Amino acid sequence: MKFTKTLAAATALALGLGGAAIAQTKAGFIYVGPPTDFGWSYEHDQGRLAVEEAFGDMVETSFVASVPEGADAERVMTQMALGGADIIFSTSFGYMDPTLNVAAKFPNVKFEHATGYKRADNVSTYSARFYEGRHVIGLIAGRMTETNTVGYIASFPIPEVVRGINAAYLAAKSVNPDVQFKVVWVYTWFDPGKEADAANALIEQGADVIMQHTDSPAAMTIAEEKGIFAFGQASDMMQFGPNARLSSIIDNWAPYYISRVQAVMDGTWESMDTWDGIKPGMVGIGEFSDKIPADVQAEAQAAVDAIVAGTLHPFTGPINKQDGSVWLAAGETADDGTLAGMNFYVEGIEGELPN
Amino acid sequence: MDFSALNPVSLMVSLMIAATPILLAAVGELVVEKSGVLNLGVEGMMIIGAIAGFAISVETGNPWVGMLAAMVAGAVLALIFGFMTQFLMSNQVATGLALTLFGLGMAALLGQSYGGMKPPRTPRLDIPVLSDLPIVGPILFSHDVMIYMSIALVAGVWYFLNRTRAGLVLRAVGENHDAAHSLGYNVVMIRLAAIAFGGACAGLGGAYLSLVRVPQWTEGMTAGAGWIALAIVVFASWKPWRLILGAYLFGGVTILQLNLQAMGIGISAAYLSMTPYLITIIVMVIISADRRRASMNAPASLGRNFHASH
Repeated sequence: MKFTKTLAAATALALGLGGAAIAQTKAGFIYVGPPTDFGWSYEHDQGRLAVEEAFGDMVETSFVASVPEGADAERVMTQMALGGADIIFSTSFGYMDPTLNVAAKFPNVKFEHATGYKRADNVSTYSARFYEGRHVIGLIAGRMTETNTVGYIASFPIPEVVRGINAAYLAAKSVNPDVQFKVVWVYTWFDPGKEADAANALIEQGADVIMQHTDSPAAMTIAEEKGIFAFGQASDMMQFGPNARLSSIIDNWAPYYISRVQAVMDGTWESMDTWDGIKPGMVGIGEFSDKIPADVQAEAQAAVDAIVAGTLHPFTGPINKQDGSVWLAAGETADDGTLAGMNFYVEGIEGELPN
Repeated sequence: MDFSALNPVSLMVSLMIAATPILLAAVGELVVEKSGVLNLGVEGMMIIGAIAGFAISVETGNPWVGMLAAMVAGAVLALIFGFMTQFLMSNQVATGLALTLFGLGMAALLGQSYGGMKPPRTPRLDIPVLSDLPIVGPILFSHDVMIYMSIALVAGVWYFLNRTRAGLVLRAVGENHDAAHSLGYNVVMIRLAAIAFGGACAGLGGAYLSLVRVPQWTEGMTAGAGWIALAIVVFASWKPWRLILGAYLFGGVTILQLNLQAMGIGISAAYLSMTPYLITIIVMVIISADRRRASMNAPASLGRNFHASH
C-alpha cells in the first residue's frame, strides 16, 4: 500500500499558507488495486487526474492504492477524513460497509461509493451500466466463437458480476443458439497469476473467446499467446493483445468525478444514486478489431446505437431464470431494482451460481 | 460426471507453470531458514525480481540476462535485510515484513514505465524425438528451461545440505549458532551468504512469474505468492524434496479446481476455490501431528539473532 500526494498540490498548500488562502477542495480516492493495473483502478485514477486537470489549484487530490476490502479500508478512509478530505471516492464494491461506517463518523465529509447500493445523507453511490457494454461484446463473442464456447473469468458472485454474465450470455445466445458459457470464479479482483491460470483452464476446456470481470490484463496476454480472442475490460488493453482483442468495455469516470467535486465546491452536493450507461458516456465501447467481419461490426454498432437511442434494453423478455421459472414476460424489460440485486443466472447458463 | 474433458497432460503442464515461482522462492527460503534466519520478505524479493527480470529482458531482448538481473536484484534486496539483522541486530520478523512492503513499493516505482510491454519469449526445450513423444513428451520434455532448473536447484540444495561439508556447517549454524561460533565458523558471513542465495532464488521466482507464467508486468502481480512459499517451507518440514511435493500440490489443486469450474462440475465454486488452502492446512496438520518430530525438524536457532559477545 502506498500513500501518494501530488507534489504540486503540496506546494500549492505551502504557498497557500503564506499568501492568500485559496479555499482548496480536497478529494481522496481509494483503489482496490494499483493505479497501473491497466484495468479497473487505472480508469479510476484517470478520473482523478481529470479532476486535477479540470480544477487545477482549486483541488488537491490524493489516493491510496491496493487497499484490501474490509477493515483496512475503514482505516484508510478515516485517515483521509481526518486529513481534511472534503469528498472521498471509494472505488470498489467491497468498500461498501466500511464507507458507511466512516461516513457515520464524519457527517461533514461527502462519500462516493462505486458499485454499491447502500446510501446515507453523506454517501452517494455511483456505477456504470456495464451490462450495456456486455450486451455488445456478447453479440460479438457469439458470432466469433467457432467452438461455441465462451470462457468467462468472474471475480466474486455479486450482482454486478452476475448481471454481466447474464447480459453477455443473452446477447451471445441471441445470435448463436448453440453458444455455451463456461464460468470460472477466481474470488479475487486482482491476481494476474491466477487470472492467467483461469484463462488457460478455460482455453483447455474449449473456449476460444474469453471475457473477464477481473482487473488485470493477464487473460488478454494469455489469449494473445494462445491465438484466441478476448475483450478489454475496464480499459482498452489493446497493447496486451493486438491480435486477440476484439473490442473492449471502457469505464469513463472523469465526467462524473468532475461534476461531483464541482458540486462539493458549489455546496450543492446531495446524496444520490447514479447509474449511467453508454449514452451518457460512462461506459465506452472500444474500437472494433478488423478481425471482426464487417456485418458483425455493423450488428454490434447497431446495438450500441439502439442502446443510446433507448430502443434496446439488454434485459428484454421473454427471459427465464436458470431454473426455468419466468422472470420477464415477452416485451417486458427489467427494472433497475431487480438488476441491482441480481442473484440468479438466466436460463441456459450451466453450473451453479455460488452465493 | 464426465471427466474425459480433463486432459491430464495439459493439467500437468499447467500445474508445473503455476508451481514453479513458488518452488523457486521456497527453495531459497529453505536454505535461509536452515541457516537459522527467518526472512519474511520473500514477497518483496519476488516482486523486485519480477520487475528487474522484466525490465532487463525488455531492454536487452534476452530473457536469460533478465533472469540473471532478477537474481541480482533479489539478492541485493535480501542483503539489506541481512545487513540489518546480522549487523544491526534488528528483529527478523519486523525487518522481513518491512522488506516486503519496501519491495512492493520499490517495484511499483521501478515498473512505472513498463506496463503494457511484451517481454521476449523464454525458449522452450525442444528435443527432436523426445519432445514429440505422446504424453511423456509434453509432460517431461517440452517445458521452458526454468522448470528443469527449478527441480535441479532443489536437487542441488538437497545435495549441498546433506552431502557436503559446507552444508553441514550451514545447518550447524542454524541449529546452534553459539556452538558453531565456538568451533570457529563465521556465523554472520555464512548467514549473509544464505540470505543472498534466498534473495536470488526469490528474485528468480518473481522473474518466472513476469516472464513466463503471465508474461507481463503489473504492479503487485505476485499477489501473495511469497507468503505461499513461506508456508510451503514449513509444509515441507525443511526438507528440500518435500518442497516439490508442496508446491506441486498447491499449484495442482489450484489448476484442477479452475479446470473443474470451467467444466461446469456440480460442486460450488466457493468450495472448489477453497481447496488449495484447505488441503495445504490439512497436510500441515497431519505433518505436525507428531509434535516432537515436527519441532525437531525446525532449525533450533531459527529467528534468533546472533552476537559474538554472547
